[in-house]
Amino acid sequence: MIKFMLMVNKQGQTRLAKYFAEFLTTDERRALEGEVVRKCLSRTDKQCSFYEHRQYKVVYRRYASLFFMIGVDDDENELAILEFIHCFVEVLDKHFGQVCELDIMNEPEMVHYILDEMLLGGCVVDTNKANVLEPVQLLEG
Amino acid sequence: MSIRLQQLIKAVRACKTAAEEREVIAKESAALREAFREQDQSYRHRNVAKLMYIHMLGYPTHFGQMETLKLIAGSGFPEKRIGYLGLMILLDERQEVLMLVTNSVKMDLNNTKNMYIVGLALVALGNICSAEMARDLAPDVEKLMDCPAPYIRKKATLCAIRIVKKVPELLEQFVDKAAELMNDRHQAVVLAAATLMLQIVELDPSLVDKYRPFVPHLCRILRSLLQPGGSPEHDIGGITNPFLQVKLLRLLRLLGRGHADSSDAMSDILAQVASNIEASRNAGNAILYECVQTIMGIECIGGLRLLAINILGRFLANKDNNIRYVALNTLAKVVSVDTQAVQRHRATIVECVKDADVSIRRRALELVYSLVNEANIRTLTRELLDYLAVSDAEFKPDLTAKICMLIQRFAPDRRWHLDQLLAVMLQAGAYVKEEVARALLVQLTNTPDLQPYAARAMFRALAAHGDSAAPTLLATALWVVGEYGEMLLASMGGPLLEGEPALAVSDADVVSLLETVLRRHRSEAAVVEHVLTAAMKLTARLPAQVPRLRALIGRFTTSTQLEVQTRSTEYGKVFSHERIRAQLLERMPALDEAEYLRANNPEGAAAAGGAGGAAAAGTARHANGSAGGSAGAAPAAAAAAKAAGASDLLGGLDVLGGGGGGSAPAAAPAPRALVDDLDALLGGVPAAAPAAAGAAAAAAAAPAVAAVSDDLLNLLGMGAGPAAPAAVPAAAATAAAVGPARFHPGSNRAPSGPRRTPPGATHSHPCRPLLSTPTAPARPRPRCGPLRLLPRSLLHRGLAAARPGGHLQPAQAPHQPRRHGGHGGNGQQHPNRRQRLHAAGGRPQVHAGQAGARLRHLPARPRRQRQPEAVREQHAARRQAAGHAPAHHVCGGGGAEPRGAGGGGQLPAWILRWSDI
Repeated sequence: MIKFMLMVNKQGQTRLAKYFAEFLTTDERRALEGEVVRKCLSRTDKQCSFYEHRQYKVVYRRYASLFFMIGVDDDENELAILEFIHCFVEVLDKHFGQVCELDIMNEPEMVHYILDEMLLGGCVVDTNKANVLEPVQLLEG
Repeated sequence: MSIRLQQLIKAVRACKTAAEEREVIAKESAALREAFREQDQSYRHRNVAKLMYIHMLGYPTHFGQMETLKLIAGSGFPEKRIGYLGLMILLDERQEVLMLVTNSVKMDLNNTKNMYIVGLALVALGNICSAEMARDLAPDVEKLMDCPAPYIRKKATLCAIRIVKKVPELLEQFVDKAAELMNDRHQAVVLAAATLMLQIVELDPSLVDKYRPFVPHLCRILRSLLQPGGSPEHDIGGITNPFLQVKLLRLLRLLGRGHADSSDAMSDILAQVASNIEASRNAGNAILYECVQTIMGIECIGGLRLLAINILGRFLANKDNNIRYVALNTLAKVVSVDTQAVQRHRATIVECVKDADVSIRRRALELVYSLVNEANIRTLTRELLDYLAVSDAEFKPDLTAKICMLIQRFAPDRRWHLDQLLAVMLQAGAYVKEEVARALLVQLTNTPDLQPYAARAMFRALAAHGDSAAPTLLATALWVVGEYGEMLLASMGGPLLEGEPALAVSDADVVSLLETVLRRHRSEAAVVEHVLTAAMKLTARLPAQVPRLRALIGRFTTSTQLEVQTRSTEYGKVFSHERIRAQLLERMPALDEAEYLRANNPEGAAAAGGAGGAAAAGTARHANGSAGGSAGAAPAAAAAAKAAGASDLLGGLDVLGGGGGGSAPAAAPAPRALVDDLDALLGGVPAAAPAAAGAAAAAAAAPAVAAVSDDLLNLLGMGAGPAAPAAVPAAAATAAAVGPARFHPGSNRAPSGPRRTPPGATHSHPCRPLLSTPTAPARPRPRCGPLRLLPRSLLHRGLAAARPGGHLQPAQAPHQPRRHGGHGGNGQQHPNRRQRLHAAGGRPQVHAGQAGARLRHLPARPRRQRQPEAVREQHAARRQAAGHAPAHHVCGGGGAEPRGAGGGGQLPAWILRWSDI
């Protein structure tokens, strides 16, 4: 089960944050994000894409200047989550066309809509690009 | 007119400092509040979007929660969309406001015109619904699971997960529904249904039976996914819907666990997955990873297991760190199921301990740790030691601790144990815990065969690495060399052990080694202290070197380090009592290993310490009562000695093994010699009446009998005081004469005397010394150390008793210091001490308080700083002071009395004056 998803750039600025299943207060969130991001940014390219933090296992993947981090509970398949991140980025790419950090930063609500089509309550809903983007684009037009 | 979200984002981005950003946000928040108050409808969705952005930045947004509800209640899709998004992000299930939205959500769930509105409501419900909402809306969600649109079905199914999690009673009504949906044509719906089934089984394991009949069906779905080109819309790198495959495999694992028939039914498809999935892509590996876990998790035949273990072997050899990580992760889970299979990959796992990635290293280390047994400890330790030499600093503490633990647990023999620990100490001595070294020494005291070898090994280590060695190694090696010094000589050490290089050492070399260590570590007080103790012990082991050793010890009488100076002075004093020096420096008694290990277990230690403390208190009261009432102090003292021995036993302090009673015969010679000695010291005191002799004998005998706990002496002081007032000051003076620098009342430190303790056992150096843990058995007690017997309290008590009306009341027994309380570490006993000192009245205590204050303010101030003043004021006084014992600025007990100049045999004048009182 996915517990949270963060999109953070190399400077450590949060571009998007979404929490599932558990709600944290503003302060708790800030603290958690700070720790997770610091740990993530201190890792090198050579290291693997997983690390443990508190009760979470964080799976992350970097695309250009942006880190996509997903916090999961212990019995999740890390490689599948990694695949999901890639899937999500491909969907974003298809929607925005050559997606970059600026797109995500300027249209956070759109990214949320897309994410809501792919994740519900921390579980994967669908990963098919067409299925995901159909409702989103229908309403854009 | 408010600004757009993009403008706000731009404004925040333009901020150069955090303060600027705060200002922008504060301004915008104020504008938003204003807009909300004015019920501004046209920009409400924009305002909520900005609110979410502010929330993401980590600022409070509670004031806008109601706005999201208003948006949801609106009619347009765009408003609802942003409203539901705001609901998910800004609110949580704990907030009462959420209840208000239930009705709107219900209406949206039943919206028949626009399925995307239904979708919005389902997503929001699936993310944040509370138990109440779940109860109210479960029927609607259940209905939607039958909706013709797959878009709604998949979302409703996942939404049901949240509902059953919140309200487990509702589980029943979704059990069949989930199974039904497994037949759906749409893979997204099947994925959702599989997720729901997993959740249901996890919530209520008894429902597994209900789902077991679906195993063949699940296998069929899985098989269809394995067909190439089965459903191109979910294809990821040539693999069809890996997410669904992973979910199905996990579901199979839960259904097959502990059920042979189901496991059989799925073994074909598992074998097919394991052998057909291509491992070149991440998606394929994700499936293989899940498949291996399933194979290891179900009741499975050997062939399939082998397949799984081989896949893990391939994973371990993979270049991709991620793959290796999951392989280690899986092996760690599997190791309890099939240790043999994991052992096969030991070499690869050990390689992973050396990986560049800390995540992998840690996983591998944990795995190695669980793989070690008596059979492979030698090879694995060698590997780990090799790696220890090159590992980076942040990883060393963990690695060192693990290696030490493994060595202690699985060492095949004691020589190996010693060798390996020595190797660890040489490579990473700074990270070796003192407990480990202490346990080694305890073991060594119990293994006479190994002592010569240990002495030689430590000698070699010191000689080769003396300048770079860590404090733990230095302390251990110095202790061993001091304790077993004579065994270094070829004539005394016995034959070399197998494979040991010869060591040609003369007694002069041993002393030279100490001197070398001193030269290199002169500034480290802890090391110097250990060297001094070792040198002192060596005076008894290497008689020919006494002059050199004595010179070495004497060199530090002017040290600015309090403890070093104390030791140097006190040890120097021992030379003036030749008769008892050898006894004083006898070899340490063997410590009870089992006892030590038991006490070293933190819980056990606390319990033992508590019991020991209580017993000692009881004994004190008892002894006080009986001794106070008896005319002849000796029998009472003997009783007290036995009682103290017993209390020590209770506290785990049975150093001698025989306990108080059993060791009495061994101590028999001691009283005689000591009485003689006391006589000599008291030579000039005519007041030494028979009563005094009796008391002195008692004082001398008691410690000898019972491995002397300090309490004992205090007990004796209590007992003897009233009975023989004249004798006590004399006994006190005896002790005082031996160690003038010892009495630092209130100096927060256990008084130190010429001790037969392992390195630094009682000093309070910040670097905690060996064998002085809170666990009492770690600190061996002297068997015959009458000289250290503590006479500070004795002295005080003697003074009090000798003064008219100074008779001590038995009620003061609780003040008896338990200076080396077996249960308390240094840190614990000091507060007690101080408290005791302040609480007790009488002159001696006043001294104590002053001295304590002085020590606190002027900790071991170098004499040089004070000399100029003295020069100005009185040249003669300065000369005199310089010639005198160096201790006077740290000695509170004696006030302004000049301290003994240290001449052998001759008694300093001040002792006579004390006894005159």
